[in-house]
Amino acid sequence: MLQTRVIPCLLLKNDGLVKTVQFKNSSYVGDPINTVRIFNEKEVDELIFLDIQASPLNKEPDFKLLAEIADECFMPLAYGGGLKSIDQVKRIFNIGIEKVAVNSYAHENPSFITEIANLYGSQAVIASIDVKKNFWKKAEVVSSSASIKHKYSPVEWAKELVERGAGEILLTSVDKEGTWEGYDLDLIKSITSVVDIPVIAHGGAGSLDDFSKAKKTANASAMGVGSMVVYQKKDMGVLINFPDRKKLELALA
Amino acid sequence: MVTIVDYGMGNLGSIVNMFKKINVQAKITKDINEIEKADKILLPGVGAFDAAMSKIKESGFTQVLDYKAKEQKVPVLGICLGMQLLTDSSEEGVLPGLGWIPAKTIKFNFTKESGLKVPHMGWNLVKENRPSKLTIDFEEESRFYFVHSYYVKCENDENSILKTNYGLTFDSAIQKDNIFGAQFHPEKSHKFGMKLLKNFEAI
Repeated sequence: MLQTRVIPCLLLKNDGLVKTVQFKNSSYVGDPINTVRIFNEKEVDELIFLDIQASPLNKEPDFKLLAEIADECFMPLAYGGGLKSIDQVKRIFNIGIEKVAVNSYAHENPSFITEIANLYGSQAVIASIDVKKNFWKKAEVVSSSASIKHKYSPVEWAKELVERGAGEILLTSVDKEGTWEGYDLDLIKSITSVVDIPVIAHGGAGSLDDFSKAKKTANASAMGVGSMVVYQKKDMGVLINFPDRKKLELALA
Repeated sequence: MVTIVDYGMGNLGSIVNMFKKINVQAKITKDINEIEKADKILLPGVGAFDAAMSKIKESGFTQVLDYKAKEQKVPVLGICLGMQLLTDSSEEGVLPGLGWIPAKTIKFNFTKESGLKVPHMGWNLVKENRPSKLTIDFEEESRFYFVHSYYVKCENDENSILKTNYGLTFDSAIQKDNIFGAQFHPEKSHKFGMKLLKNFEAI
């Protein structure tokens, strides 16, 4: 049977890897190439790289760095950050990356998702949705590193993205990100119950039990993971690691 | 030397990256003369069946590929859509396939209750159905990365070398004489994929 994917979501800033807490206070955790080599050895399922500065600073993707990453990467690889043109997407795919994640620009131009899907197939497009609760605890869609708020609800936006041709949804809870508190299961469930495409849960994973809950109670198809794979433990030093496969299989069985 | 045929569909960068990693010489080509000289051919492909068959034809590759595969009998490996093209037909399109291996390409069709999503995307296990040079010395529990909405069913089970289960059992690698196909992406499947590509180079 299909194995549930556990996907390190790695944040690029300048040419280093960082980890944030609730999208803020980024700390340096290492060199991306070295990290990819370690994840290769650990035979991780898949990797997602997100450039957290590209959209807010209106920067081009760092194609040179991405090419170096792809050269070392022998698992499925996705890139997100600052993508605005088919030309950029073509360059990303030519480098040897096979999925792109689109977030900020989809809000300006949702047909960008359709354009990519028509050219490369839906499986190549991850629609990335960032969700943050407002003062009244209402979930709001945000973008550009949570600096812009949108009017539509996460459910409305997810449905729209599916109609536009997205192949997967990367669903990130800004409030949970970097906290080790567990995923926002209600948020995940609200999306998995209305879309047919795979949903990658992201934000808050702190234990194998969190993966299990995201899969079993919230029906996530894959688990995005950040802090757990770059730190030894909560509030401890940097250590690139990945849970033991046997333990993962048990947790996700 | 493995010649990777570029007919305009699919992501060739990662295949080249993996060949580099395992020290196998490989080159991407759009040139008919290069294909004619090839001693091993890799047929990649991501996208739609008819679009791929049309592009092969438009590129003028139909005859030279047929000659290499059927007359000269050089080893050919089709990956993902490239494997589906080796079959007679696909439910995804109306154009005939290359028809080098008697098989059909069929759409996954699951009920909502099954909870199974299409495409079949992620890592899955393969099980040996018949020994082959392509899968020699495979580890037990070899797993590969799959992304596909259609699967291949061989007419003769002897052409099925690996099988995989996703809602049903399908042929995840196939072979007829010098012609091989893999439904998964070896170039994205860590050491398991490296082993398969090395095996192909050694044929």
